[in-house]
Amino acid sequence: MEYDLPEEIAALRDVVRRFAAERIRPHARDWDRDQTLPEELVTELGQLGLMGILTPEDYGGVGLGYLANAVVMEELARQDGGVALLVAAHNGLCLAHLNLAANTEQKQKYLPKLASGEWVGGWGLTEPNCGSDAAALQTRAEKDGDGWRLTGHKMFITNGARAQVFVIMARTDPEQRTKGISAFIVERDDEGFSVAAKEDKMGIRSSDTTPLDLDNVYCGPEDLVGELNGGFVDAMRVLERGRVGIGALSLGLARGSLEESIAYANQRIAFGKPIAAQQAIQMAMADMAVDLGAARLLIHDAAQSLDRGEDARLKASMGKLFATEAATRAGLKAIQIHGGYGYTKELPVERYMRDAKLMEIGEGSSEVQRIVIARGLLNH
Amino acid sequence: MDFRLTDDQRQLRDALRDFCDNEIAPLAAQRDETGGFEEGLVEKLGEMGLFGTYIPEEYGGTGLDLVSYEMTVEELSRACAATGILVSAHHSLCVDPILTYGSEEQKHEYLPKLATGEWIGCYSLTEAGSGSDAGAARCAAVETDDGWLINGTKNFVTNGNDAHVVVLFAVTDPDDPRRHMSAFIIEKGTPGFSVGKLEKKLGIRASSTAELVFEDCHVPRDALLGERGKGLHIGLATLDGGRLGVAAQGVGIAQAALDCSIEYANTRVQFGRAIGKFQAIQWKLADMATAIEAARLLTYRGAWLKQNGRPFSAEAAMAKLFSSEMSNRVTDAAIQVYGGYGYCADYPVERLMRDARITELYEGTSEIQRIVIGRQLTKDPEWVTRD
Repeated sequence: MEYDLPEEIAALRDVVRRFAAERIRPHARDWDRDQTLPEELVTELGQLGLMGILTPEDYGGVGLGYLANAVVMEELARQDGGVALLVAAHNGLCLAHLNLAANTEQKQKYLPKLASGEWVGGWGLTEPNCGSDAAALQTRAEKDGDGWRLTGHKMFITNGARAQVFVIMARTDPEQRTKGISAFIVERDDEGFSVAAKEDKMGIRSSDTTPLDLDNVYCGPEDLVGELNGGFVDAMRVLERGRVGIGALSLGLARGSLEESIAYANQRIAFGKPIAAQQAIQMAMADMAVDLGAARLLIHDAAQSLDRGEDARLKASMGKLFATEAATRAGLKAIQIHGGYGYTKELPVERYMRDAKLMEIGEGSSEVQRIVIARGLLNH
Repeated sequence: MDFRLTDDQRQLRDALRDFCDNEIAPLAAQRDETGGFEEGLVEKLGEMGLFGTYIPEEYGGTGLDLVSYEMTVEELSRACAATGILVSAHHSLCVDPILTYGSEEQKHEYLPKLATGEWIGCYSLTEAGSGSDAGAARCAAVETDDGWLINGTKNFVTNGNDAHVVVLFAVTDPDDPRRHMSAFIIEKGTPGFSVGKLEKKLGIRASSTAELVFEDCHVPRDALLGERGKGLHIGLATLDGGRLGVAAQGVGIAQAALDCSIEYANTRVQFGRAIGKFQAIQWKLADMATAIEAARLLTYRGAWLKQNGRPFSAEAAMAKLFSSEMSNRVTDAAIQVYGGYGYCADYPVERLMRDARITELYEGTSEIQRIVIGRQLTKDPEWVTRD
């Protein structure tokens, strides 16, 4: 039994922490205001190996596991949730799906450029009419010779505005539900593929979220990822892993909320002393710390389980559910601790709260997580 | 990094569960109703080595690690919360300070009998006028030619009526603000020491919660435990470990509540289907299970830190705070799952809720835990960044 991080992951954590403090923190407010994230930063993330954390070294990645990924997510989100989500969708959705199901030719063609950060990846499951009910997706893939023509719309796609490569889920058998969906590689400049305008979001604003439109986009047999009609099962496996990363991202938001609150409470004077001396503030900070401690253990437990190749569905859902709701609670408490200043954009805490809320929704809403957990408990 | 139990720990847990299911759980309701432990229970627990789980073998104990010990408290509490605290208060609050601060003579005199359960132990700090404000205790030990003369009354002593050995905290130097209290080992039967009022409680009713009365109670010089003047330090440091036991108790009680709620949800039919098919019920069960898992990890991590000689006080406070509040939410939700039946003594959940309530109170209230954690945060902000 061992509760310390392995040395190499602790070292990685320190590197990312320093990088985030120096290269992200000074700009987070502007990026949130302007809904922007400079290309240069993505290049730097690539240089650090962060765009290929989960990708094997053979294909240009760093070949670390889900525990390392969780630590990276926490450290990036501590300074900017949007930066972390860009990396999460790239590694945890697009690359994860390719690593899981792509054949050797596909991996050789796409993984090195994605893992280095030269290309950013996206992943398209959700549609305007189906989020939680993903199996009801309507984007069609109709047979055309050896290949298919994809037509439909995707919604709420992270990295939509900047990704060069997408894994898109589409219906190849209209008679089936979950067994009639396949995954395809679509490139940004494929004919018939277009990206609509970015969503204007409550938070996570430095990360671009867009609709995708597919109008008879041709995919050859070399673009089918995994088995025909096996795309939904693969997509679910991707989400089971990805949600641990989202939970880890939330740890960073919660920790940011808490660290900012401690710093503020220690120096803000009221009634002749720092507000940290008041029990009401101590109670609130203690609750944030306990939530964070519990959430981190659940997330790291799930990550270790994934790294051991176990069925981690229950742990992953528990971790994601708890950590994301904890981050929203922390964000709200942090604003309260900061008082009026907490409500202005001068300080980062209102942004943490806005950022945290999305995590209760994306990659399987809290409602979906509760369904997964209950199913595990009741053996439905 | 590996949060899993070792093979030995897993085997221990399986053996414990078997023992608890067969030997402890069946009489839990009866213990609650009669307000006492049945004849033979202490012997049964003693035979399993449960009174000396982490006492080193050289003193007659089983010599296991702290995580294993917390597991015993968790499993016992799952079967019967009162039995859980019988063992936990004995081990964490009486055995532990003797082990940590006792002289070799004291260790050899007390630990072997405590290890087998031949002697039950307890810890006495609280008084009518001093609970959270432990330093305001008034029970005094005045030095005499050949020992100490103790006068005062303690209350809310867990195991107070069953114990043969008391770790007592009394004021020895009233004029020294920082070193005014000392710890003592007192034996039942010492003239001048008697057990007073026994509390009638909401829950853990079989566990004795007693007043201890000292009237010109004379004890020998070597009854002093640890250094003179270090009593409050010993008392509070001991509670750091004790609160891991309460955290484990909370996990056990909550697990029992979840287990029977799942069974009920799968069998109770309303509107033509098992109520477990309804999201309203699924939501409760999912939140219960998630919180129990988190509490268990916090508890085991606290134990692991202590076992490895690392600072663990704030982590233990976190575990106790979270687990105790969790066990109250979970048992409350369990009654809700059972509906009207949950309110009746025929079903275990109302007892579980009553038992859970104490965990937010003893060994440091939730308010105190938050103060401990808050203090850690303000004086060491980097603590939250270290895993």
